[in-house]
Amino acid sequence: MFTKPIHTKLLYLVILAAALLLPWYVPDAYIFQIVTMSVIFAISTSGMNLILGYTGQVTLAHGAFFGIGAYGVAIMTKAGISFWLALPASALISAFIGLLIGLPTLRTRGAYFAIVTLCFGVIVWIVSGNWIELTGGHNGIFGIPRPSAIPVPFFGEITFFTQTGMYYLSLAFLLIVLFALHRLVYSVFGLTFMAVRNNEPLADSVGINTFTTKLVSFVAGNFIAGIAGGLYAAIIGAVSPTAAGYMMTFNFLIFVILGGMATLSGPVVGAFAIPIIMEFMQFLEDFRMLIFGALLILVIIYFPMGLVGGLRRLNEKVVAWRQRKTTESGHASS
Amino acid sequence: MELFLQQLFNGIMFGSTYAIVALGLTLVMGILNIPNFAHGHLYMLGGYCLFFFAGTLGLGYWAGMVLSVAALGLVGVLMEKFVYRPLNDQPHINAFIAAVGSLLFLESFALVVWGPQGLRIPNPHPQAIELLGITMSVQRLLVIIGAIVLIAGLHLFMKKTIAGATIEAVAQNREGAMLTGINVNRVSAMTFAISTGTAAVAASLISPIFMLSPSMGAILGMKAFVIVILGGMGSVPGAILGGYLLGLIEALGGGYISAAYKDVFAFAALILILSIKPTGLFGKREV
Repeated sequence: MFTKPIHTKLLYLVILAAALLLPWYVPDAYIFQIVTMSVIFAISTSGMNLILGYTGQVTLAHGAFFGIGAYGVAIMTKAGISFWLALPASALISAFIGLLIGLPTLRTRGAYFAIVTLCFGVIVWIVSGNWIELTGGHNGIFGIPRPSAIPVPFFGEITFFTQTGMYYLSLAFLLIVLFALHRLVYSVFGLTFMAVRNNEPLADSVGINTFTTKLVSFVAGNFIAGIAGGLYAAIIGAVSPTAAGYMMTFNFLIFVILGGMATLSGPVVGAFAIPIIMEFMQFLEDFRMLIFGALLILVIIYFPMGLVGGLRRLNEKVVAWRQRKTTESGHASS
Repeated sequence: MELFLQQLFNGIMFGSTYAIVALGLTLVMGILNIPNFAHGHLYMLGGYCLFFFAGTLGLGYWAGMVLSVAALGLVGVLMEKFVYRPLNDQPHINAFIAAVGSLLFLESFALVVWGPQGLRIPNPHPQAIELLGITMSVQRLLVIIGAIVLIAGLHLFMKKTIAGATIEAVAQNREGAMLTGINVNRVSAMTFAISTGTAAVAASLISPIFMLSPSMGAILGMKAFVIVILGGMGSVPGAILGGYLLGLIEALGGGYISAAYKDVFAFAALILILSIKPTGLFGKREV
């Protein structure tokens, strides 16, 4: 069940090679910036997928935790703390606030949880726009320094002054996050997440501590959102309340649902495909969100597993069809 | 004293809007178990429909209001049929996501059709009355009276007519209602139409006082959720009481404590109360 066929592994290798060689065949700085942002969104969306897709809790505060990470790095690096210290610190702050919010709110279920997290998201958004001493109000914080260079013995040092350096840094974090999530969701503990999602009372009755499971998932997901937010602040060089706003959450939600809930590749596919599609649909302007809103409804009604889930189902059908064909031809020849 | 009375008056006016909007939301949530996140955006659409009928077509305020309510009722029926009914048998999480999808759709629809700039509906009753040292514009008084009339009318409809009784029956027990021969789908569509129609009434009453904008429904919709959860899902008196209470808290809090953070009070109160009682203040069952 957990081992993948050889051609799937080959496909992943090709995608990895394509990602590593990206700076050589995407010379346009603007498109490159969009792809770099997609990497960041892919990290954050993977975190949301852990809570929403695997554990089945509709969190609508993910943008807020992304924003907390971004503001954390912005404030700390502006105060002179190194980025390499500020990033884990902000991710930990995100996770800790996630713990504080998760402890009371995860006792609620279903619609209640969605609304409470949405309320928390709006509070963070309002506070980030009004706490002028800390967050700079609606103008936000400008001039966030780039990460300092890492010295490597016998080689020189890795610098992050160029867009390319930041791209590789984000890609490295995306791979680490995906590897960690892969280890997590295919472990026995990861299975308890899905047990809670599929039937909470049943999971409870077979001895799973459902509250702790949900809390671990929520905190881990928000930790990942904090990392993504911190990287976002360092790459863009500025944060404003939109980074913490609920539109950010809804964007992540679109990426997860259209890409494919409860699959590791789905959020990544969504986070890459949708911003690029949006870019090509630039001429449609405001009509884009109209289309994506309708698409969200259609996908959730007809393909609840999103693009990756749909492709997977198609693949299963093809395999079944091929097997039937080989057995039939076997019967015919014998 | 004058400031207090003025804030009290404004609080009751805002509370009237909140009460109507929360009333529509609680009907849908109590009966269909659907968290309609797009309810605030339907309210926004009601305001724009009034602008279209009364302003663009020039049919006058009252005719515009009636047409706006009819249009929104139709939108509600369509939404129930094409967005929520197909999701009836699927996990609940899918209905929330569909609701977020319809919210994004409605907001960008208003943006595409009417543009991002604020629009103003000419105030049909610009006169003002001076009483006890406070100024009350006629339109603001109309909001308060309109809300009372609407709530009383809806109460009579729910308690005295057969159609109203079927709504209560479905809310109490869906399967039981089906067994007695009630067409549950038709009741759902009717409830949705009432819910969106009342949102249009609220929007039509208050939008001549304020500007219309595509994002005006987002915060109001969330406040309606706060009220519904605190007042108990599906509880009509809870929604009305909660609506007036929130209006007063905000007007007094905004006037005396901090105007910038006035929205934070309601949301923080919700997190606090739900962390103590996860099913809401008067919640009877879990969704």
